Amino acid sequence: MALLQISEPGQSTAPHQHRLAAGIDLGTTNSLVASVRSGEAATLPDEQGRHLLPSVVRYLEDGNVVVGHEARAAEAEDPLNTISSVKRLMGRGIADVVHTGARLPYEFIDVDSAVPKIHTVAGDVSAIEVSAEILKALRQRAERTLGGELEGVVITVPAYFDDAQRQATRDAARLAGLKVLRLLNEPTAAAVAYGLDRSDGGVIAVYDLGGGTFDVSILRLNRGVFEVLATGGDTALGGDDMDRAIAEWIMRQAGIADDSGHHQMRRLMRDARAAKETLTSQDSASLDIELEDGSHWQGELTREQFDELIEPLIRKTVSTTRRTLRDAGVDVDEVNEVVMVGGSTRVPRVREAIGDFFGRVPHTEIDPDKVVAIGAALQADVLVGNKPEDEMLLLDVIPLSLGIETMGGLVEKIIPRNTTIPVARAQDFTTYKDGQTAMSIHVLQGEREMVDDCRSLGRFTLRGIPPMVAGAARIRVTFQVDADGLLSVTAEEQTSGVQASIEIKPSYGLTDTEIESMLRDSMEHAREDMEARRLAEQRVEADRVLEALTAALAEDGDRFLSVDERDDIESEMDRLADLRANGTVEQIKEGIRSLEKVCAGYVERRMNTSIRDAMSGRNVEEFE
Amino acid sequence: MAITLTEAAARRVQQYLDNRGKGIGLRLGVRSSGCSGMAYVIEFADDIEESDQVFESHGVKIIVDPKSMVYLDGTEVDFAREGLNEGFKFNNPNVRDECGCGESFTV
Repeated sequence: MALLQISEPGQSTAPHQHRLAAGIDLGTTNSLVASVRSGEAATLPDEQGRHLLPSVVRYLEDGNVVVGHEARAAEAEDPLNTISSVKRLMGRGIADVVHTGARLPYEFIDVDSAVPKIHTVAGDVSAIEVSAEILKALRQRAERTLGGELEGVVITVPAYFDDAQRQATRDAARLAGLKVLRLLNEPTAAAVAYGLDRSDGGVIAVYDLGGGTFDVSILRLNRGVFEVLATGGDTALGGDDMDRAIAEWIMRQAGIADDSGHHQMRRLMRDARAAKETLTSQDSASLDIELEDGSHWQGELTREQFDELIEPLIRKTVSTTRRTLRDAGVDVDEVNEVVMVGGSTRVPRVREAIGDFFGRVPHTEIDPDKVVAIGAALQADVLVGNKPEDEMLLLDVIPLSLGIETMGGLVEKIIPRNTTIPVARAQDFTTYKDGQTAMSIHVLQGEREMVDDCRSLGRFTLRGIPPMVAGAARIRVTFQVDADGLLSVTAEEQTSGVQASIEIKPSYGLTDTEIESMLRDSMEHAREDMEARRLAEQRVEADRVLEALTAALAEDGDRFLSVDERDDIESEMDRLADLRANGTVEQIKEGIRSLEKVCAGYVERRMNTSIRDAMSGRNVEEFE
Repeated sequence: MAITLTEAAARRVQQYLDNRGKGIGLRLGVRSSGCSGMAYVIEFADDIEESDQVFESHGVKIIVDPKSMVYLDGTEVDFAREGLNEGFKFNNPNVRDECGCGESFTV
């Protein structure tokens, strides 16, 4: 019989009506999926009992895709087709990618849709498609574990993700066949996992030190809504740096040269990592390093020595935290709760330093690798309707302010960040010149004052404003954001009632058509591509024939052709030109053939003449 | 007769109850729905009604309403793992037929 889960009192679902929901932590390095079963939120392991899924996707020549541990293992041998850290590319245009990830070892292809693609042996893929593969793997795991189809998921994103990056994440989920109940900020998810959303409110600091990234977020809980007051961090700081510090220490102790082989360095990093993990629970770690010449170096690293090695890193995170608090306009002693996220917060010295800084014991009870996914799962469980509604319902907020451009390249904010959605706000503007009849509305997102520093979301023009003196027109611009975060902007001139509007989907997100076409069967796609290619080739061929013939006619058409003959050729050329523009591959082919037939006599005469010209006055012997 | 939990099931229920932070036991029951007549109800219990029957098995209270009792008498609830999935299983001697997936049954 089926395996049953315990429900909340009165919440039992009818058979076949289980509403399965999951929370997904789609991370830069690793991803997790969690779900609430029998009232308990827990991350779901794979068959081997591993909870973390490395966020690495490898594309194989036969079109197959490998995700996770196996893909990560192949990274060194097949770097161009093995894509990791794709989260850094989400919702980013080609310029941003070059700017932020200059060292990413992939072959980028600039495509018109402003979604840069990575070239692999299995074809070109966008960051969204790569993320979708990771999500698919997590979806399969969840559906096999929970024994049914997922009704919906909550996916976490960094608090600093802008609209484009959030939209890209939603697109990836859609490609993976998942219904996104909500995107949740990672620090908010961590706070939810600790049940802080049910506390009285106050300021919460979330310190997230992962393998390769560091984020700190200051949240304020106010009547069930988490506001993000400020975020800070370093995209290149984390546990890997601690490993490196240990490895360098070992090199100094053991006299290993800086320019040692790749193999030796990799082994060193592995040993360093093991030592770090040992020091989480023990006071010292013994080291046994195999050197390149086969001999061994043995030593011991104590907790104090380790703490000293990583002190500069910790100090860096503390000063970032201090700066972020200042950005948030919050004093250290106003912080009510501190939550630790990320595997590197297992290091005792990190906990101690952060505890000292905030003057309170940080929350570390939940596994820091899993806490974000667990919070997402709790939220998904509520949103899918498995809990009484009043239990908890976090509201989404707008992550970045929305506004329009005004004279002088300035941004007038209409909806400030952290406003809960759905929301509608309006503001009146006026004309700048006498007799002005049109106004261009440029919609922007961002916190900065100048247009150039904000992100452009779209433009439209309001026309038909009755001519008036400058400043007399009243143009009301309304911004509306629905529950799904979709923004629509309307401008209306109040005296005449003329209006214009725009629905904004961030230009770097995929359009629906693009998503649909990707979802289409790959075979069908391949045939289409082939057809398109054949047509393009045939058109080029027609162009070549027409061009050559035009040149020939200009050169000696009159010499070789009667008026009638020339008319025939020219009408056939017109016919081919028409087929080239509107015809199928076969029709163009036929047009070329029939043109060649009409020209046959002309071509022959030209040929003969040119040979005669070339040969005249010479002996036959000269040509042998 | 009585209703019992296996030791594994009792341990899991206790763990879930501890985790939930409240609740006095496990409420079992049946209701008429599903594709084959009856469906099991398995919920955390926060109250005991006067007419309920209460059993104790491996330290966990099992609460059953009298109407359900007729269908459940003699049932043993087990905790099982099948592949990646895990959950509770009813070994009910009263069942004559189940639907294909085993979520509902007839007596």
